[in-house]
Amino acid sequence: MTRGHSLGTSVAHLDEYASAETPIGRIDPRAKLLTTIAFLVAVASFGRYQVLSLVPLALYPIALIALGDVPSGSLLWRLLLVSPFALLIGAFNPLLDHTPLGTFGPVHVTGGWASFASIMLRFVLSVSAALLLVATTGFDAVCAALARLGVPRILVVQLLFMHRYLFVLVEEVSRTSRAFALRSPDRSRPSMRVAGTLLGQILLRTLERAQRVHSAMICRGFDGEVRLRRELRWRAADTAFVACWSAFFLLVRSHDLTRWLGTAISGAIG
Amino acid sequence: MSHHLVAFEDVTFAYPDGTAALRGVSFRIHHGESVGLVGANGAGKSTLLLHLPGILLPSSGHVRVGDWPVTAKTLPQVRRSLGMVFQDPDDQLFMPTVGDDVAFGPLNLGLPSDEVEARVAGALERVGATHLRQRPPYKLSGGEKRAAAIASVLSMSPDILVMDEPSANLDPASRRRLIALLRSFEHTKIVATHDLDLVQDVCTRTIVLRDGRVAADGPTAEVLGDDALLGGCHLERPLRMQGCPRCGPRK
Repeated sequence: MTRGHSLGTSVAHLDEYASAETPIGRIDPRAKLLTTIAFLVAVASFGRYQVLSLVPLALYPIALIALGDVPSGSLLWRLLLVSPFALLIGAFNPLLDHTPLGTFGPVHVTGGWASFASIMLRFVLSVSAALLLVATTGFDAVCAALARLGVPRILVVQLLFMHRYLFVLVEEVSRTSRAFALRSPDRSRPSMRVAGTLLGQILLRTLERAQRVHSAMICRGFDGEVRLRRELRWRAADTAFVACWSAFFLLVRSHDLTRWLGTAISGAIG
Repeated sequence: MSHHLVAFEDVTFAYPDGTAALRGVSFRIHHGESVGLVGANGAGKSTLLLHLPGILLPSSGHVRVGDWPVTAKTLPQVRRSLGMVFQDPDDQLFMPTVGDDVAFGPLNLGLPSDEVEARVAGALERVGATHLRQRPPYKLSGGEKRAAAIASVLSMSPDILVMDEPSANLDPASRRRLIALLRSFEHTKIVATHDLDLVQDVCTRTIVLRDGRVAADGPTAEVLGDDALLGGCHLERPLRMQGCPRCGPRK
């Protein structure tokens, strides 16, 4: 299997875990979406050198994994797949930023290392929250929630179609690259010129498919709006879900829970 | 309802690059008829099919579907009465689940929720795909995809079913099921295909296209038995009408 293919199928299987049988699966998609947004805002709002005070926020993804019955192994695998982006963003901080922040035992911590750790932690938190939203809700239910919350239709339709045709596109790319590989056994990857032609082929085929899909849509009365039928019922439990988690995020943001916990524990020991 | 359900009157069509795909096609298809549309690659079958729902409009000549001439203004009415099943089910099944896809047409017609539900359930049952309702299309087998694609147009209750290569990429058992399904429909059917055995099973009438013109139009048994005609159109008799390779040529 090619790497592209494994990426495609790994995304494919993400919302297989979505089921209404778990406590998290029963929460209204809109509630989970709003809570995820609140979580992301909370994660982003911390200062660049803050690492330890972010840690309590991990409770949210951990709770979702536990209550939503999501296998953590597959989640970790997906985090690894996208981690190069975060590594690339943070990698130069330790080299460029030498602001001394203090010592941690025998180690002198510089601002660069702290901000690098902060970026990585934030990456893990925010990406796992987004993945868990899809894994516990299902991609189409997230889209239905987005539509109900007033996100422009055209964006929602784009997302739906991206999810639907991602696999078709990945398959087409892997077919093309297989056709290349079979007829050029001495080369592991195409030269720039050939790569351009291959990409052009894929683009043309994608455009043709888009045209055929559009034809199929207008044949069945498509008028610019995709009507997704999802019964969304907002219950008291959903309000409680959003309210409790938001309150927790606010608490973590405004009080340094890690330090407080540390003091409490060392106080109890001492 | 008019007696002539589908009519082409001297239709010509050329693509923007100048390729003439249809060069004066005329025929009339009556209510309840089942018509096979056959011809070589590039004979104009797909172009002709795309004229029915008005995805392509003729360069000259007229197309009529039911009570409506196919023009830019009548497209909603035309498309309501005509169900088009595309060759690649991946083009047709674009919604997150099979159920959503079958509901897509009825929802666009603005039908009330319980009517949509009844139509979705009815269409899925008709093609034997009720159990696929919650499944995403990318997880279906070829035969299941085809059944779902047919259900997605049946739910709009069309008078006319138009199919492009319905048996392409199906294994023999799925193809056999498809044939049984098509035979059970009372709709007017237009089936473009290279599968002449399917035409023999499903269609009472056959239209042969050659270079954008109608080369023959008549009862299926007659047309598919005319070796000279078939040979000139890059076709051959359906396997069942050919002689047995062991016992020698058919008498």
